[in-house]
Amino acid sequence: MTINMGPQHPSTHGVLRVALELDGETIVACKPIIGYLHTGMEKQAEYKTYTQSIPQTDRMDYISPMSNNLAFCLAAEKILGVEPPARVQAIRVLLAELTRISSHAVWMGTHAIDIGALTVFWYTFREREKVLSIYDHVAGARMTSSYFRVGGLSRDIPEGFLDRCEKFVDEMPAHIDEYESLLTKNPIWIARTQGVALLSAKDAVAWGVTGPSLRGSGVNYDIRKAEPYSGYDTYQFDVPVGRDGDAYSRYVVRCAEMRESVKIAKQAIQRIRELGEFGPYRVRDFKYVLPPKEEVKTSMEALIHHFKIVAHGFFPPVGEAYSAVEAPKGELGFYMVSDGSPRPWRMKVRSPSFINLQALPLMVQGRMIADVIAAIGSIDIVLGEVDR
Amino acid sequence: MPLTPERVEQKLRERFPGLAFERQVGEAVRDYTLIVPADSLVEICTFLRDDAELDFGMLPWMGGADYLPRVPRFETIYNLLSLSNALRFTLKVRIGDEQPRVPSVVGVWPTANWHERETYDFYGIEFTGHPDLTRILLPDEWQGWPLRKDSPLGYEEVAFTHNTPNRILPSPALKKLAPKKVKYRAQ
Amino acid sequence: MADTRDPKPFRTLASIPAPRELVMPKSEEENLYEEVERGVLFTKVESMVGWAMNQARANAIWPLGFGLACCAIEMMAIAGPRFDVSRFGAEVFRGSPRQADLMIVAGRVSIKMAPVVRQLYEQMPDPKWVIAMGACSSCGGVFNNYAILQGVDKIVPVDVYVPGCPPRPEALLHGIMKLQEKILLSRPELGPIPRRRLKKKGVA
Ligand code: SF4
Repeated sequence: MTINMGPQHPSTHGVLRVALELDGETIVACKPIIGYLHTGMEKQAEYKTYTQSIPQTDRMDYISPMSNNLAFCLAAEKILGVEPPARVQAIRVLLAELTRISSHAVWMGTHAIDIGALTVFWYTFREREKVLSIYDHVAGARMTSSYFRVGGLSRDIPEGFLDRCEKFVDEMPAHIDEYESLLTKNPIWIARTQGVALLSAKDAVAWGVTGPSLRGSGVNYDIRKAEPYSGYDTYQFDVPVGRDGDAYSRYVVRCAEMRESVKIAKQAIQRIRELGEFGPYRVRDFKYVLPPKEEVKTSMEALIHHFKIVAHGFFPPVGEAYSAVEAPKGELGFYMVSDGSPRPWRMKVRSPSFINLQALPLMVQGRMIADVIAAIGSIDIVLGEVDR
Repeated sequence: MPLTPERVEQKLRERFPGLAFERQVGEAVRDYTLIVPADSLVEICTFLRDDAELDFGMLPWMGGADYLPRVPRFETIYNLLSLSNALRFTLKVRIGDEQPRVPSVVGVWPTANWHERETYDFYGIEFTGHPDLTRILLPDEWQGWPLRKDSPLGYEEVAFTHNTPNRILPSPALKKLAPKKVKYRAQ
Repeated sequence: MADTRDPKPFRTLASIPAPRELVMPKSEEENLYEEVERGVLFTKVESMVGWAMNQARANAIWPLGFGLACCAIEMMAIAGPRFDVSRFGAEVFRGSPRQADLMIVAGRVSIKMAPVVRQLYEQMPDPKWVIAMGACSSCGGVFNNYAILQGVDKIVPVDVYVPGCPPRPEALLHGIMKLQEKILLSRPELGPIPRRRLKKKGVA
């Protein structure tokens, strides 16, 4: 028998459709059908300047917008060959880690709802709202922040921002304890996730799975450690690795990752304080990056640069680059080809959800239908990113 | 000694002496990129994966690109990752315009399956030996290859009053349904 | 009407009139009439039912739990603890279109998804309403290209448009309240809008 799950289904996290072939209640074959949210972002980026493309990246993985901005900006900066100042990098790290916390919180809430534990959702969304109001404070938008720019930030951090982050970071570990007390030893949760959606380390590597799903299978690979960007090599943190490769160990890994993120965020706040709470927030390379506003008002040269960049965009050197970050869901990378014009010739997104979803049939082969729900939840996909 | 991309290229040249490898150079080519001939792509990839020193066990992504006026026109790009060496290496294959065909690497890395379907979907590049080469993101009945440079963006003009002269005015039948206006007179 | 209130509320003792004598006791029948006039409202049966139906429909909207893209996350947030849509009686997100009467199109609708959205709309029982949430479902938003439908109103009739990218949860709540207003002003006693007849006149 063949049944069809989706595209509108309460527990597929969007418009995923899964065609399941069944023998009784056992799954013989599973085929995810995607593309219901195909947005044509890669094509549209070829018609937009680099700065204009940043808002598109927010809408790709809309649960962790700052990580997407970061990945885009890093790829463009790699082509340009500029590196933002240390203070900017610390701000980026701080925001990227807060994003990781909020993304994992959303994941935990929705995954628990799918499995039947309704209460967790209300707890995790409470903390997510706090992160969103931090975004609101710094960027002016709750979800689609578009805060990072190529070569820096769109504006400096506002007053009181660091105190606010500090308060959040200080109280977060207690909240993670709260979630864990709801789930970690919950017998129903254990019965639904332990031994479910198994993925061996060998398969995970062969299928290109990244992020917590890969680490849940016991492979210690984290881009923050392996190919450090934005100065991640100067922060003290551990990479949690799971043991069994099932849905439960992915849960354990994500919980531990939230705690590590709290650690990194604390160090980043410390570092920003040391480097000055307010200060320059862009590279001083006016060929590519907007000059500060005060200089535009006083210096003719800066005014001309400002006008040129705003009116036409900047002209990068001819070439190509690929740069990846460790987004909450896995390796998120942008491959960009520049032909010397202000618009990228080609932008390819390596989205983690797209590739992690591909391993779904592997996890559910020969299992029950109810395990499909647990498996989809445990790999943490976002359909906006799968279909782009 | 950590593995360097130069060492990878040297090993490839030793293993496949007759083949024409070309390193891509350019002002801002930031990753080590090697252009390889299409015919022996599968053997090269299998060697890169199975060699104990290189150990490129993972294919993080692959994709296509279109450089329209240039000949050969298309490119497929393979980004390889060696987990044990924490090293990335990029392979490229250049393909001409007519009947663009590349051998599929699904047999080497199963993850290439969806990537190749996506590239087929966007550029119409055929992957010979792919088990199920169908459209993945666009609807099955879609015509054309949207990411080719000669296919349009599909932009729909935004309707303003100045550019829509024959704009549909509210029909008179609707007026009857609308609530009656009450006129107030000054007392 | 003339003002019946006493023009001089503060009076000296001397000005208070003496109690009237000889008040005729009211008959049983008169008492009854008075009672009826005080507590009963006369109206038509249809309008009464219509009013009650409107109240019921407006204050217990069941949305279809159906998220498309980024806006769907904000739609989830209104069910969350801070914004709490249950204050407006619309917290019962249904998984099946057959139990829902409001479709919140939360996000961009691609060409591939459009037939599915239309089918979901057809599966919902009448009376049904549609909120287009966000710039994408209202007009295409930032994505003006080959893959995205430029506005969901090309395939389903939309009652309320909520602008924003994404709209803040407060904005969506405002949209829901606007829809409630619209429902309260509708006149169900007239029956559903006869679509075929309207079509002849060139409206629908
Ligand atoms: S309106 Fe904005 S937030 Fe909403 S779906 Fe469209 S792009 Fe996403």
